[in-house]
Amino acid sequence: MRDVAVVGLGMTPFGELWQHSLRSLSVEAALEAMRDAGADMLDGVYLGNMAGGQFVGQEHLGPLLADHLGMRGVPVTRVESACASGGVALRSAFFEVASGASDLVLAMGVEKMNDGADATNVLATAADQETEAYHGITFPGLYAMIARAHMAEHGTTLEDLAAVSVKNHRHGARNPKAQFRQEVTLEQVMASSLVADPLRLLHCSPVSDGAAAVLLCPLDRAKEFTDRPVKIRASGMATSSMALAERRDPAFLDAVSLSGSRAYHMAGLGPADIDVAEVHDCFSIAEICVIEALCFAEQGKGGAAARTGETALGGRLPVNPSGGLKSKGHPVGATGIAQVIEIVEQLRGEAGERQVQDARIGLTQNMGGSGGSSVVHIFERV
Amino acid sequence: MAGIVGYGAFIPRNRIKSEEIARQWGKDPAAIRRGLLLEEKSVPGLDEDTITISVAAGRAALERAGIDPQRVGALYIGSESHPYAVKPSGTVVIEALGIGPDVHVADFEFACKAGTEAMFVALSLVESGRVDYAMGIGADTSQGAPNDALEFSASAGGAAYLFGKQHLLVDVLHTYSFTTDTPDFWRREGEFYPRHTGRFTGEPAYFRHVGTATRTILERSGLTPKDFRYVVFHMPNGKFPQAVGKELGFTKQQLETGWIVPKMGNTYSGSSPTGLAAVLDVADPGDLILVTSFGSGAGSDSFVLKATELLPERRGRAPTVRSMLDGPRRYLTYGEYVKYREKIIVNE
Repeated sequence: MRDVAVVGLGMTPFGELWQHSLRSLSVEAALEAMRDAGADMLDGVYLGNMAGGQFVGQEHLGPLLADHLGMRGVPVTRVESACASGGVALRSAFFEVASGASDLVLAMGVEKMNDGADATNVLATAADQETEAYHGITFPGLYAMIARAHMAEHGTTLEDLAAVSVKNHRHGARNPKAQFRQEVTLEQVMASSLVADPLRLLHCSPVSDGAAAVLLCPLDRAKEFTDRPVKIRASGMATSSMALAERRDPAFLDAVSLSGSRAYHMAGLGPADIDVAEVHDCFSIAEICVIEALCFAEQGKGGAAARTGETALGGRLPVNPSGGLKSKGHPVGATGIAQVIEIVEQLRGEAGERQVQDARIGLTQNMGGSGGSSVVHIFERV
Repeated sequence: MAGIVGYGAFIPRNRIKSEEIARQWGKDPAAIRRGLLLEEKSVPGLDEDTITISVAAGRAALERAGIDPQRVGALYIGSESHPYAVKPSGTVVIEALGIGPDVHVADFEFACKAGTEAMFVALSLVESGRVDYAMGIGADTSQGAPNDALEFSASAGGAAYLFGKQHLLVDVLHTYSFTTDTPDFWRREGEFYPRHTGRFTGEPAYFRHVGTATRTILERSGLTPKDFRYVVFHMPNGKFPQAVGKELGFTKQQLETGWIVPKMGNTYSGSSPTGLAAVLDVADPGDLILVTSFGSGAGSDSFVLKATELLPERRGRAPTVRSMLDGPRRYLTYGEYVKYREKIIVNE
């Protein structure tokens, strides 16, 4: 396999973008990534999107994108793995370039969630329909059960959960593209409206619109497009049981653990080598479980990480310097690519007020559903 | 110059508290108070509807004007809850008020903006010289589906404005309307309750239209927020008018007199007209007043008004808005509320 580099970045602001459509967001992000790299042609595109058909009634996104990008003829593959669609799009693009089949491939993601659809119901289609969704449970409910299990098994507290939101909002306040650029206090989080006990409104990522794109090419051609290429060291993906009830331990995300081990193995690196990470904090409890599954924290001890500042900017291992899904926003199909953009900016040293000093190795973790799928990538400054 | 020669408002005595509604649905009342800034809302009695509210408000407007009702040449009622789908509300109202039959009457609908729309047309007819006096009314017994956020706000009440050219209580200095096709809230024929698009009703609907209409009327009149003593914005909840006021550079002091929504609720077409009536109840001669309504669909009407020397001596002729908000009230249980709102299925 050839080495692969990220050479171009493009991302719309995230938020309630009432004046923007699925197609306009996709085109904006794709063009920005190509412009960033100075590229004027593409060999292919992988487009991550969870539910265009349900959110805005639009499927068949491949030709739609190629057409409106002014690039009819280019192959575009739409990739779906619920909220991990973006991360899996990157993985697909990575292997296409690594295999030698293509040189210039765009990996991108988009979701237009604010257009009248009931987002909670649409998202619930990423749960097991027969054993979960039909019985009425929604994602806040599933993650609330994960939180309850974590609290019962490991003594994780409500303050631990709230501290994740406080930290991510503090980071996101410094991100010009974030949906919520304001800090929140522990008290505000703990007094916000109850959504699914013990999760409150400020434990939950928002419903967002947005798109993100990264341009990949073989590492040996990277200098044609950028002075600061970032190499993709590894891609690891795993699946787990679709239904939460089937998990050996509901408080442990085994797909995250397995995707992480595969990525660490492929990179020849371990958790201690990571300087900065973007992980899937769709709910505050998710970040706690993910950092445990990736061995950034000991199992059962992830709750303390945000509270003690270990995972904050300036801490031992900054997690979600972008603000994470919580503060930056979570247009589900775009999230996995937006995480990559943050890590590449960190490794390029272009993260401004959010910069992690001397970051050389970064990791992204993107999750589908309640942890039924997970994809991890490791990046290195070259 | 044409202006307001009489005004009147009416708010039913029945009330239900936000806590009582929240309790029914297992919602957190503190979150409603904090999030929507709503404490209680008015509820129509079994014998109260848009027509009775219009009559009560219209009568008060005629009292303050002190004119012969026969001289009123046009009457328009804006409402989302005209009792009949086909048959005008206005015909009953003119008969009850002693107006006509030499009169032009129409019922208007433009979601929550229909009241100021009626005022706008009434004013224009007087300005044109076609009629001596014209009345514009905004009144509603607003609908909100059970367990919808609207259930905490949708309330009953309204206000009437009589326009003429002599003995003005209030000069109308400027008007401006801003309208686009923005479908944020609707109720189709035969449906009981309006539907809305959640947060889409905020930024692209309410805030864009109220903001643009207000900014434009300020620009065209050469006035700034500081020039006004009072400002009234449409009040779908407590929060929106405060937020738009802050964004436009108005202070809480300028807003608070007309900001009657925490105790009254949202009387839809009657909302900003009743807020204006509360301001006229206390304004001093020379005070400048800005009103911007909002109707989903969507549009906003803005008015720049100036109180005259005559206003203080005429307002005592009819009850004030505050006297109806703070006066005798009857608090309903949720059960009584659903009975009064005819949400219980009974045999004929």
